[in-house]
Amino acid sequence: MSSLKLDTKTEANDLIKLFGKSKEQLIPILQEIQKRHGYLPEPLLKELCGLADFSEAELFGVATFYSQFRFTPRGRHPLKVCTGTACHIAGATAIVEALQDELQIKVGETSQDGEFSLETVACLGCCSLAPVLMVRDEAIGQLDPLQMKKTLSRITEQKT
Amino acid sequence: MSAPSPYKIIVGLGSCGIAAGAKNVYRKIEELLVSTPGAAELHTTSCIGMCFCEPIVEVIAPNGARVIYGELDEKKAAIVVEKHILGGEPVGEYSLDLTSPGSGAYAFSKPQKKIVLRNCGVIDPESIEAYMAKGGYKALGTALKMESKAVIDSVKASGLRGRGGAGFTTGLKWQLAAESQAAEKYIICNADEGDPGAFMDRSVLEGDPHSVIEGMLIAGYAMGATKGYIYCRAEYPLAIHRLKIALSQARDKRFLGENILGSKYSFSISIKEGAGAFVCGEETAMIASIEGRRGMPKRRPPFPTQAGLFGHPTSINNVESFANVPWIIENGAEKFSSIGTEKSKGTKVFALAGKISRGGLVEVPMGTTIKEIVEDIGGGSSTGKPLKAIQMGGPSGGCIPASLFHKRIDYDELTATGAIMGSGGMLVMDETTCMVDVAKFFLKFTQEESCGKCTFCRIGTKRMLEILERITSGHGTADDVTIIENLAGMISKGSLCGLGQTAPNPVLTTLKYFREEYIEHIAQKKCRAGVCKPLIRFNITEDCTGCGACVRVCPIKAITGSKKTVHVIDAQACIKCGRCKLKCAFEAIEIQ
Repeated sequence: MSSLKLDTKTEANDLIKLFGKSKEQLIPILQEIQKRHGYLPEPLLKELCGLADFSEAELFGVATFYSQFRFTPRGRHPLKVCTGTACHIAGATAIVEALQDELQIKVGETSQDGEFSLETVACLGCCSLAPVLMVRDEAIGQLDPLQMKKTLSRITEQKT
Repeated sequence: MSAPSPYKIIVGLGSCGIAAGAKNVYRKIEELLVSTPGAAELHTTSCIGMCFCEPIVEVIAPNGARVIYGELDEKKAAIVVEKHILGGEPVGEYSLDLTSPGSGAYAFSKPQKKIVLRNCGVIDPESIEAYMAKGGYKALGTALKMESKAVIDSVKASGLRGRGGAGFTTGLKWQLAAESQAAEKYIICNADEGDPGAFMDRSVLEGDPHSVIEGMLIAGYAMGATKGYIYCRAEYPLAIHRLKIALSQARDKRFLGENILGSKYSFSISIKEGAGAFVCGEETAMIASIEGRRGMPKRRPPFPTQAGLFGHPTSINNVESFANVPWIIENGAEKFSSIGTEKSKGTKVFALAGKISRGGLVEVPMGTTIKEIVEDIGGGSSTGKPLKAIQMGGPSGGCIPASLFHKRIDYDELTATGAIMGSGGMLVMDETTCMVDVAKFFLKFTQEESCGKCTFCRIGTKRMLEILERITSGHGTADDVTIIENLAGMISKGSLCGLGQTAPNPVLTTLKYFREEYIEHIAQKKCRAGVCKPLIRFNITEDCTGCGACVRVCPIKAITGSKKTVHVIDAQACIKCGRCKLKCAFEAIEIQ
């Protein structure tokens, strides 16, 4: 417990050293935390506010405004299903439903084994290959709701 | 004695190519070349725009002959390596025919005029030398020899208007920022391409990042700015990666930094990653976001050109606008303004997607008709069903019906239809698209993305969405349409920024051109496109062979029947997911 607290303190100091403490750096700092942890751990955020030029209210105001930030951990393979216009008319809803059935989770949740989490995003810009989903930095196109099991196992194979 | 120069193999690795499997193709070729060292050099490029035949691989023979292969997979790639690279014989059946009229690739490419996309899919985007070999950064040198005012005059004379959507004259914006007296001035490149269905800016950033950087450098010189920001959305990781490489290369070559090219001009650029808020595409919200605040728009005036980022004069221009600038400086304003219509000059890039045979990135001269883009370049409907409309301008834009496809790509002509030029998303819809559903889709988007500052936007869009949900679930009432129209007017008038002001557009344009579909949903509880689930029913016809494939895919086991007899769907239990219809090989499942 105490070692965790120390780590949080060290990390907060480290972040301030890296980015500086000005308010302009708030979003980049949050992005860095999320990159490292996959989400924003609250103890670390509180620690930061004591060191930087932004208040707790400002930090949480910003963190809750932008849809990128999350306060709970994600799965090892975060799935972002595109629900942009092209994907919508190409059947993105069916993809989301098929994934929900396959993983037994709802959008915004993480599967019990911690493997997958499911999110929707407005547009990934791969409209010609709709419907599309993105795992980390890679997009997979021309999805077929009947082939979701195959798609998921392809994802697990690729990343391990 | 030097070895004969080997073949060059160039694999297109844009986001869309990767999504289609280009990385696997790349790895396969890489693997095959290991066993034959020296046979070919392997290179990468970005999206060439022909998304409909990704993954694309170009092979350049030692004698300079080029062959472009489309729709490759690992197997086909292996054949290309074996026959073309090792055997010297191009594989005709996989190559794209760009020269004979009648071929799809020719029809797609011929009518296009590439200014913005001049280097996309041609050069290696991660090499500044490749950009410079195409004349890159020459325009910067030319501009620095001109008076800064002359640069602005030239961009003004070219008639370039903002490609982000609203179409404000770029040169005029620069002039306003130049006239503002301040020690510090900023430039922001708006790369927060948030409109769902638009991917032009992504392709430019992934394919030719230096052209945008050069455009910003010229803009900075013209208005006396010293610092630039590129605000790029976080959903574009590859674009950000390539921008970072490009910026560091430009710094190494001293195009960025102090006393650029020996002049008194100094300029630096940083990247700011967006964090997922559509409203940040609005100028004042973007400024708030860069300053580290919630991205909420402010009242204007003062305009950003007077008091913008950190209170200093700031000019915000779009990616595509910047990419045009070096071309204008190098080729002259006159050449640019000779292209296009009376009030819309140059070219426009469109992201063509939806129910279209040849989707992708197209750049056409202003004045081209919608029909030419959709039918000639895009090859018409991909489903064989007649096209119904196109949607332009995303959540701020509207639907243009097929009866108006003769309209030209021109800011004012498109605005007159109720849609807008927008940033360049062009989504093609056929009979299987429900227009009420499309309107609901966009409204749901704006309602979720509303920052909440203005009451009419925050609550008005929510009420409007509720009405649309009512209509699409079969509970619409006769006066719903009138209520929507009233609300639309109030939301437009009562909102501070473009997001709220234009939020009703998708609803208003579908009401204008497809009113009968709304009436059908309300009065007859019918969705002619078969999209709105509460209004449709899946039914198995006599064509059923009783193979049982549908039974296996049905997630709730609502389909029953014995082998080789016509199956039946339990209409009460059916959740209308549509998987049975997708699975059926005999087209025996219909939507009623």
